[in-house]
Amino acid sequence: MPQFGTQQEELREIQRRLTILKIALSAIIGLLAIRLWDLQVRDGAYYRDLSENNRTRTVVLEPARGLIYDRQGVLLANNVPSFGLYVMLEDVKDRQALIAGLVGLIGSDETALRKKLSERGGKFMPRKLKGGLSLREAALIESHRRDLPGVLVRADSQRNYPSGPTLAHVLGYVGQVSAEQLEKAESQELHQGSLVGQYGVEKAYDRFLRGRAGQKEIEVDALGHEKRTVSVEKPAAGDDLYLSIDLRLQRLAEELLGEEAGAIVALDPTNGEVLALASRPSFDPNVLSRELTAKQWAAIVQNDSHPLTNRATQGQYPPGSTFKIVMATAALESHTATPSTKIRCVGGFPFGRRVYKDWKAGGHGFMDVTQALVESCDVFFYTVGQRMGIDMIADFADQFGLGQETGVELPSERTGIVPSTAWKAKAKGQPWLPGETISAAIGQGYVTVTPMQMAHLIATVANGGTSFRPRIVRAVMERASGLSHEVPTVPHGRLAVAPETLALVKEALAGVVTRGTAARARSTLVSIAGKTGTAQTAALRTGPEQDIPKKLRDHAWFVSYAPVDAPRIAVAVLVEHMGHGGSAAAPLAKQIIEAFVRYERAEPKLAGRPEVGRPEGLALAMQEPR
Amino acid sequence: MIDRVLDSRELDRFDWQFLAVTAAILSLGVLSIYSVTLAQAGTGLPLYVKQVLWILVGCAAFAAMLRVDYHKIARWSYVLYGLILILLVVVLVVGKTSRGAQRWIPMGPFAFQPSELAKLVLILVLATYYAHAPRAGWMQRVVLPCLVMLPGLLLILKQPDLGSGLSFLAICATLLLVVGMRSKAMGILLLCAVMLFPFVWELLWGALHDYQRERITTFLDPAYDTGGKGYHALQSRIAIGSGELLGKGLHGGTQNQLKFLPEGHTDFVFAVFAEEWGFLGALLVLALFLGLLMLSLEIALKAKDVLGALLAAGIVGMLGFCLMVNIGMTAGLLPIVGIPLPLMSYGGSAVVTTMAALGLLLNIKRRRLTLFY
Repeated sequence: MPQFGTQQEELREIQRRLTILKIALSAIIGLLAIRLWDLQVRDGAYYRDLSENNRTRTVVLEPARGLIYDRQGVLLANNVPSFGLYVMLEDVKDRQALIAGLVGLIGSDETALRKKLSERGGKFMPRKLKGGLSLREAALIESHRRDLPGVLVRADSQRNYPSGPTLAHVLGYVGQVSAEQLEKAESQELHQGSLVGQYGVEKAYDRFLRGRAGQKEIEVDALGHEKRTVSVEKPAAGDDLYLSIDLRLQRLAEELLGEEAGAIVALDPTNGEVLALASRPSFDPNVLSRELTAKQWAAIVQNDSHPLTNRATQGQYPPGSTFKIVMATAALESHTATPSTKIRCVGGFPFGRRVYKDWKAGGHGFMDVTQALVESCDVFFYTVGQRMGIDMIADFADQFGLGQETGVELPSERTGIVPSTAWKAKAKGQPWLPGETISAAIGQGYVTVTPMQMAHLIATVANGGTSFRPRIVRAVMERASGLSHEVPTVPHGRLAVAPETLALVKEALAGVVTRGTAARARSTLVSIAGKTGTAQTAALRTGPEQDIPKKLRDHAWFVSYAPVDAPRIAVAVLVEHMGHGGSAAAPLAKQIIEAFVRYERAEPKLAGRPEVGRPEGLALAMQEPR
Repeated sequence: MIDRVLDSRELDRFDWQFLAVTAAILSLGVLSIYSVTLAQAGTGLPLYVKQVLWILVGCAAFAAMLRVDYHKIARWSYVLYGLILILLVVVLVVGKTSRGAQRWIPMGPFAFQPSELAKLVLILVLATYYAHAPRAGWMQRVVLPCLVMLPGLLLILKQPDLGSGLSFLAICATLLLVVGMRSKAMGILLLCAVMLFPFVWELLWGALHDYQRERITTFLDPAYDTGGKGYHALQSRIAIGSGELLGKGLHGGTQNQLKFLPEGHTDFVFAVFAEEWGFLGALLVLALFLGLLMLSLEIALKAKDVLGALLAAGIVGMLGFCLMVNIGMTAGLLPIVGIPLPLMSYGGSAVVTTMAALGLLLNIKRRRLTLFY
């Protein structure tokens, strides 16, 4: 092979050149060795000296978290000083004695202490053992410092929610940053031990509230104890938030729900501001913002009534008859029914092999769309629903914002379900059954919504079809500049519905209160319009209501707005397992609306946008904790 | 016909030396990572345990590269290069960003860094190319291979990963050197380089992130601002220097334990080691690397064909370059660019790739005694 010879020749040539590489590499390594000799042996003492004088240490200065106020400047969240128990492992001579001493003095949990002490981490840095010490505990430890070498008590800041469990789901709580959150964060923003919002507005607006950490360079002695401050970069406090929530309405809403599970959402239909957002049962964010033991945490998470769930944005319920607002609009807009179409209700609707019952055993007689809404006739909507088909219903439900997030600034909002043939094929892998349209027509079956969605829906109707994204924060006050930035109103689209249709529906909704199922929402103070709903939770039920176990009873709904001609408040009420919307939910909505009207009359500024200023008497609360 | 047989089923003395040096370097790396990361709080597996797991994966890669005849591997080199280019595009699209650079493809709990693997594939492609290229003009010898390298280089610089980009150039330069350019070709290349310099400089400098520019500019005068830009270089030098002759002992390195020296487990692992084990320890590391490189060159020198010799030379070039730049930067001889120390720095992709490369080396050595008929 002729090629063979040249190959061998080339190989020899290459291998000759490898010698260059050999020399070069040896030279480089020799050069590195000389450099290391210079650094480590010739100048070693100099660098050793430098490293020993490398005694400045950087300490993070936590920023003061921004404060939160309601729409009238009532303080909802601030920071209070507290004491933290720290230990410098380097100075601890005898861990056993330390643990015994702390258990004896302040009765800490022995296993928790042991765990904290054995966690990985530097022994030259103070490590936090326990936060939120009482004054007495702090004093006790200070007086026993000699017996507890290495133990330090430091002033910390503790998040505080003056109104306790009220508004807990909106405010949320804070906690130490988790390992995952640290990983996701942009490099400089967070560090081990930072407090970040873990829920609610605290989480959604964490970027604003958090502020920017500062740092202090300190000179330390050989044991790492602070001797002198070299330089300080002050932390920048977080921005303050002004919510659209009115704490008085909020308190009322939570009191009205009382011990029952449920949710109330009140919106300003003209701009989407959330005036009240109640979810019961609630929790105390003060407790959650402290360091909980595993046991305390488990007790909250495993509680059967799910106090951590925000029922207003995360609770998904069948809308029941409140869905008829969507149905009536859809029927009129699709010309499935005209305003004068009459359908006879005989108390049931035979379809396939079964009869779908109306809630009124004898039937309602001849019904037009207005009367069907007023009396909440099921048969009328069974009929138009069957004529329209599920996909047309779904289109309109979609337009009303169902099946999607409302966009309120609370984390983990749920969307509910607007069923359609496509949805069922995707979610269940099954074809849509015609009978399922009948159930969906009265807001049962697969349809689910959140109370926030229903509040948004009724606000859209009240506002003549123009909707705004619900929002909780009205303004952010920048600490650095002292300027307040208003959070803009976000239009959320317009219902593509003829004005006559909406006018007819609104007239019917007023009728629901004056002469229909929501008589108990009638007010002498203001005209109210609304729609009741009774959402079934179990398919088959027999016997009278009081014999049914509570957890199987119906949910009560009422969605409403007032005043009828120029609505300024929209309210959605859901009470779990309390039966009829007309009796269990409507009176609550009425009380909220009446209270709102009374406040509005007392101070006309409420409806408008008061200037956001720093309320008096807050100087103390605004002081930085350290 | 050429038939290839393994010289022996048994490991001979050379193999044992090669494996022992590799294992020694790997162990010193794990020791240093253990020392640094013990002081760092964190959840999950400690980093030194993860590194050991990566080394086990590396052993598998080593064994795999040893088993298959390198001629067969070389036959796939263009396909592999194509795949790597795709991965380098993927990383720009879905990659995980860290410190402003998008280098990692997330894979469950791990992240894969394609630019590490790309270096090995580049060696395969260029060696295969030269082994089959006729002894033709400088067009085929110089320009074409550079064009082959270019897309990979540009994709890596886009991330941006300056360290891997420079490694690419170093590999290419090593092979050009070994394949042998005639003096005329060398001259033209040099002239082109000088003329293109302003443009390339602008392109490279413009593509750099601020932190990279700072690292390079402060190389000129690291003592300028101890708290700021030259911090890394100075603290690294203090760490190495303060180790003196015998070092401060395990966990005794105040520079790394007190966190004056960041990145102690990755790019600056050598500084950590030199601080804790002194000049003698540092010399041991240099000696081990010298041994590894000389054994590898031995393989290149005794390879039985052009492909084997060029593969081995490329791997030596890659390892030698990383060693020089890494230790050079920690010792303040070179600007700080992010190049890990082979086999010692923490990082799965780098460890596995380097061990695969070593497997390939031993593969070349064990197939060198061939029978010709």
